[in-house]
Parts: sequence; structure tokens; C-alpha cells
Amino acid sequence: MGIKIKLFATFREGRGKVVEMDYIPGMTGQDVIDHLGITASEIAAIIVDGVDGKVDAMLTVHIKKDGYLAIFPPVAGG
Amino acid sequence: MFGYMGKILRINLTTGVITKEDLDFELAKKFIGGRGLGTKIFSDEVDPKVDPFASENKIIFINGPLTGTATPTGGRYMVVTKSPLTGTIASSNSGGEWGAYLKYAGYDAVIVEGKANLPVYINIENDKVEILPALDIWGKYTSITSAMLKEKHPDSKVLTIGPAGEKLSQMAAIMNENDRTAGRSGVGAVMGSKNLKAITVSGNQKPVIAKPDGLKAVTKECRSLIKENGVTGEGLPTYGTAVLVNIINEHGVYPVNNFQTGGDPNAEAVSGETLTEKYLLKRNPCHHCPIGCGRWVKSEKHPDGIGGPEYETLWVFAGDLGINDMEIVIDANFWCNELGIDTISAGATLAAAMELYQRGYITDEMLDDDVILKFGNADSVIHWLKKMGNREGFGDMLARGSYRLADFYGVPEYSMSVKKQDLPAYDPRGIQGMGLQYATSNRGGCHVRGYLISPEILGLPEKLDRFELAGKPTWVKIFQDLTAVIDSSGLCLFTSFALGAQQYADMLNETLGTDWSAEELLLAGERIWNLEKLFNLEAGILPEEDTLPPRFLEEEMPDGPTKGWVHKLDEMLPLYYAERGWDEDGIPTEERLIALGLL
Ligand code: SF4
Repeated sequence: MGIKIKLFATFREGRGKVVEMDYIPGMTGQDVIDHLGITASEIAAIIVDGVDGKVDAMLTVHIKKDGYLAIFPPVAGG
Repeated sequence: MFGYMGKILRINLTTGVITKEDLDFELAKKFIGGRGLGTKIFSDEVDPKVDPFASENKIIFINGPLTGTATPTGGRYMVVTKSPLTGTIASSNSGGEWGAYLKYAGYDAVIVEGKANLPVYINIENDKVEILPALDIWGKYTSITSAMLKEKHPDSKVLTIGPAGEKLSQMAAIMNENDRTAGRSGVGAVMGSKNLKAITVSGNQKPVIAKPDGLKAVTKECRSLIKENGVTGEGLPTYGTAVLVNIINEHGVYPVNNFQTGGDPNAEAVSGETLTEKYLLKRNPCHHCPIGCGRWVKSEKHPDGIGGPEYETLWVFAGDLGINDMEIVIDANFWCNELGIDTISAGATLAAAMELYQRGYITDEMLDDDVILKFGNADSVIHWLKKMGNREGFGDMLARGSYRLADFYGVPEYSMSVKKQDLPAYDPRGIQGMGLQYATSNRGGCHVRGYLISPEILGLPEKLDRFELAGKPTWVKIFQDLTAVIDSSGLCLFTSFALGAQQYADMLNETLGTDWSAEELLLAGERIWNLEKLFNLEAGILPEEDTLPPRFLEEEMPDGPTKGWVHKLDEMLPLYYAERGWDEDGIPTEERLIALGLL
């Protein structure tokens, strides 16, 4: 059973739209971005299992088994 | 006089009299220009109770002091009038080149009054200003109109309305350079009501800059801030505003089927990433814009490409209608431009009609057994758009906008609008500050009066808890005031992702020779906001119209990351009024108006 990481905009370059990772109990968003070679400062928004918040705080949240992350670089519009 | 051209053109279409007046520099400084100065001139000259389609209503095309300078994005103009959609003050902004060309012709603003007997257009070439017959272009689509006028005036930029404006649709837009739009609040219909089809403009003058070296240095600094910023240097240039589809959808605030739900599992099909990968031909920037969010895209029907679509357009012709087809979105964008209609209101009215059909208020018989207006029915979109723009059959009902349509059936609650203007692409139940902004916006439902999406979703300049109420009234006020400043300066709002109030003050000071501090500039923004509010109150807009459709206040979001939430407007509105120094009904107090120099 794994977790799903949805990537957007420039984060897709060289990684694809969705990356799957094995679930390890206690794993956090920080573990995920380390695995993907993304640094916290490159992230503008992150959602962990449907919950969003400040990036630094969200990176410490434990991901659920079968959980998912959505990670965005700086994007905007209107 | 520095920065401004110092001249205002006044054209009376009833009498044919054209006058050139001096700009009052002190007044200009107090209200900056563009939206602020335009509103000041308009509210001094026009009775707020005027019927928007009466000849006594005026329409002002006005630049900011930075329009036509070398500042980044310095090419924008504002259209100020009384809105036939909302009954409020309307100020509708557009990019492209037209505004800069008006400045090069030697004018800060054109005030059009009265009503022509027959269709006319206005041609401005420096000092030469003429009212010319427009019988040959009346009834024509906007791109044909532009091409015909370009043949007559090859050096000019063309601003025009389409059939929707001629036929007084309350959602009619004004188009310039074919794909740039003063889109909202029905400003195109005011042109139509005056029998004014178009304005062509050209010239070879330049504004005199107070401190040219200083402006050069500040412009350089601002350009590098824009380039280094992740949003303005990479996100927007690469993907355009369409990049928002996925992030808004993932937060569960991407409205689907007329805001009945807040997420679409198939939104990727109309995302910025898909648009870039499969449809983008090139970027399509406005005047002096280093960001270049504008797109030039192809589709099967438009192999040579068209300008667009923006995020709002993608959403409204996809998620909001329960259809996820990029080909349809691009074609809908094309037809909105040709007909001269606001994409947001056009799509939102189709969405409201589809919900009215879903609930049995609109029946097949009412549609004369024409194509069914049903969520997910891809065939309906272009079919009804054309009928809406041309006011044919049931399209005549649609051309009035979602509020008037739903109200006709006795159920205005199915119009997702504020002050009769359709809401843009963000469900307020999951973005509490944005909902407060919608409810209090001086031109009705709108995202570009204070883009709270930045802090609440995008983490810019810092991430706020989108469900939290505390502090949001303060954020809303600051965003609204700063937006009024940018709209009045002649720059694009998107610069604010990289620049702050100090940079705007620096650019204005070097251009005008003023010594504005960032705080004084924000105070000018607040002055403009209060002036608009005063106009609306005198126009008869009631305090209780500072609200949201009942769906957001009463129906919990059914699913997704915003599940269970309603908008808590009642808890924030009194705090917002207090923050503004207004009384509990949302009326500006004498004390505040004196402090702002409005009394
Ligand atoms: S950022 Fe986009 S909308 Fe703004 S001026 Fe540039 S191209 Fe035009």
C-alpha cells in the first residue's frame, strides 16, 4: 500500500503528474519532498490528505496510510 | 505637468461638440488617475440615480499616470460608467495597447456624453478628433469591425463593442486589439446605448517624466523583482492564469454545476498544464509587460490561434457547466470575444439556466424545443452563447445575466451573484476572506477588487488559514485599498504578486515628481474605495446588498476538502465595517470621510 503525490506546474518536469511511494509509518511531507528532490523553499502550497496550511507546518504532518499529497510551486492568476 | 498628458477630451454625441479641457493636476494627484480619478470625475458630473442607458449617463475611458510609460505593464486603461448590470459604479479595466495609444495621442481621458442619432465611431489622431458614421460596422463581430477600422486608420488601435453591446446586453464587454477586454459590469452596453460602436486612437506624443533617471532605476528594480519572483517570473509566463485550475480544484473550491459542489475529478483536462502542453502557440503579452500571462492558443476550430483563455473562462465554460472539453472552452472564448460579452457572466448565466432546467423552472417548451440547457450538454454552449449575444429566442432572456434570469422565475437564489454581477471561479465557503470581499465589492461579485486568493490559497505573501475569520476583515480592507491604487496607476494587478506599496509609490513619485509614501498611497486607495461606496449609496444600493447568495450562507459544501463549510459573513461583516470606520449599516461616517478628504 502506498501514498500518492500529485505534482503540478513546473514540479512535473522530470517527475510526471503523479508519483507513488511506499507508505512507511510516521512518514511526513518532508520525507516525500526529500525523496522527490524538492526543497521546502520551492513550495508555495501543499495539501496533505485534504488539509492545507503553512508549508513548514504541513511538512511535519504524518501522512495517512493510502494518503495523498498535492504540491504546488508558486502559481497565481485571477 | 509630469506623467499625465494634462488634457481631457470631452465628446458630446448628441450635439457633436468636441472640447479639450485641462486636467486638474491637484485633483488628479488626490485620486491618482484611472479608476480613482475616473470615479471622481464621473460622480461629480453624473446623477447617481441616472438610468444607465439614458443619454445623461456618461462613459469615461481613462488612463493612469503610469499608462504609456516604460514601467512594467504600464499600458492599462479603465472604463468608468454606471453599470446597467449592477446599478453600481462600474470601472472595468483592460490591457493591450489601446490605453498607451490614448496617451500617445495626448490625452489622459475621453469623456463621452449624450447619444448619437445613428451609429458612429470616434477617431482620435493627436489633435484631430472626429465623430464618424459607423453604419457599415454596426452589427459586425468585433474582429471584423477592428479589421475594417484598421483599413481606414492603419496606425490606430481599435476599441469596439460587438452585437451584444449594440443590443444592450447587461453583460456586454468592450474589446480592444481583438482579445483584450474591459469585460465586467456591462460597460459595452453603455457604449451601445449611445450608438457608439468604436474608438480608434493613434498619436506620437510621450508623457514628460519628472525624474527620468530615477524612473529608469525604479523600473529596472521592479522588473528584476518581477523576474525573480516565482509567480511573475515563472508561473504566469509559463502557464498563464490557467495554472489556477488545478490548485483551486485541489482545495475543493473550484465551483462545479453552478457552485453546487466544489471539485471536479476531471479538471486536469482544462488545466493550465494541459493548455500549455497541447494548445499553446505562444505568449501574448500586453503593452510593456514582462510577465506575459496572455496566451495565444490553437484548437481544431481555430488552427491559427486565438487570444485566451484565462482561468475564469476555463472554469466557467468547463467546471461550472459540468463539461471538461478544452476545444469547447477555446471556441466559447472566441465567440465571447466576437460577440463582445463578458466570459464570466456569459458562462455563469448558462450555468444558472442549467440549474433552473435541472430544477424544472425552465422546460423544453420554454426553449422552443431548441438545444437543451443541461449540465454536461456540450452541444448547448456555443449554440446558446450565439443566441445570447445576438438576443435571439430564449437567448434574449439569457442576455440579461443570471440574476435577472433567475429572478424572472421567482428564484433569484439560483443566481450565484452579488449585486447582480456573477461570481468568479472561487467558492467562498472555503475561502472566508474572499467571500467577505465578494460581499463588499463596490462593483458586485468580483475577484479583482481584492484578490484574497493570494494569501488564503496561494500562500502569497504568506499563507493564511482559509477557514479562519479572525483578521480577515483587515486583510480584505488592505487588499481592496491597494487594488484601488494599482487600478488607478495604470498598471496590471498581477504586478502585485512581486511588488509592494513602496514600489508603486516609487514609480509614481519618479514619474509625477510627487513624494507619496506607501501609507499615503494606501490612504488614496481608501479614499477611492469610499468614493465608490458613496456613489453606490446615492444610486440606491442598499446596505443589505452587501451579502452572498443563500447557497453559501446556508448550504454546507457537500464534499471534498471544503466539506461541511458555509460562509460566515455575519460574523465578519460588522468587523469589516468597523475596520473601514463605517457605521454598523456599512455607511461611511462623517469622521472617516473628513479624514479621507472627501468632505
Ligand atoms: S500580466 Fe498578463 S494581463 Fe497583466 S499586463 Fe501582463 S499580459 Fe496583460
